[in-house]
Amino acid sequence: MEMRSPLSRVRGLGAAHEGVAHWWAQRLTGIALVPLTLWFIWAMSGLLGADLAAMKAWVGTGQNAALLILLIVAGMHHAQLGLQVVIEDYVHAEGPKTVSLVLLKLGAVLLAVINIFAVLKLTFGS
Amino acid sequence: MARRERPLSPHLQVYRPQITSVLSITHRLTGVALAGGMLILTYWLTSATYGADAFAAAQAVIGSWVGQVVLWGLLFSLYYHLANGIRHLMWDAGSGFDLPSVRRTGILVVLFAVAMTASTIGCAYFVIGG
Repeated sequence: MEMRSPLSRVRGLGAAHEGVAHWWAQRLTGIALVPLTLWFIWAMSGLLGADLAAMKAWVGTGQNAALLILLIVAGMHHAQLGLQVVIEDYVHAEGPKTVSLVLLKLGAVLLAVINIFAVLKLTFGS
Repeated sequence: MARRERPLSPHLQVYRPQITSVLSITHRLTGVALAGGMLILTYWLTSATYGADAFAAAQAVIGSWVGQVVLWGLLFSLYYHLANGIRHLMWDAGSGFDLPSVRRTGILVVLFAVAMTASTIGCAYFVIGG
C-alpha cells in the first residue's frame, strides 16, 4: 500500500521537507571536527587550572585562535544540525516544533557569534 | 488535503535492547551532551573576556569535583561520538553493513571510547599532579 500522497512522491522529500543538504553538511562538519576536537582535548589538557595570563598567551598565538574559531563554527553547525533532527523526531505538534527549530537555529548563530567575538577579544583586545 | 493513515512504529519498550539500538541511542545522547558542552565552552571563553577574577571563578567552577565529573562525561561523549561518527561515515561509504561487522565495529567503538577516556583523564591528572 502506498502511504505517501502523490504530492509528497513528486516532491521526493522526506518528513523534514528538504533534500540532502542537511545530510551533506552534517558529514562535512563531522569530518572537520575529528581533528579539531582531538586538537581541542590536547590543548585543554594544557590549560587545566590556568590563570587568565596563561589562557590569553595560549589563545594569542593566532594559530590557536584560528583553530578555536574553526572548532566553534564547525561545532555549532554540527550541533544544531543534530539537535534539529532530535526535535523533528520527538516534537510532533507543528507549532511547538517550528518554534523549537527557530529558537535552535537562532540560538546556535548567537552562541557562535558570542564565542567568536570572545576569541577575537582575547586575541586583539587589551 | 485529506489526512491519511500513516504507519506508526511499535513502542520502543517491546524491543529487547541490542548492541545496535543501544549504541545508536548512545550516539544521539552523547551528541546532545556535547551540544550542552558548547555552553560550557561559551561560559569558559566569555568569562575570560570579563577579566582575571571572572576567569578564575570559571576555572574554579569547572575544576570543582562536579565540574570534573561533567568534563569526564563530556570527554567520554566526545570520544564515543567521534568513533561512532567515523563508523557512520564508513556506513555512508557503503561498507560494514553486515551484522557481524556492525557488531564488531560497535564493540570497537565502545572499547576505544573507554580506553581513550581513561588514558586522557590519567594523563591530565598526571600532568597537573593531582
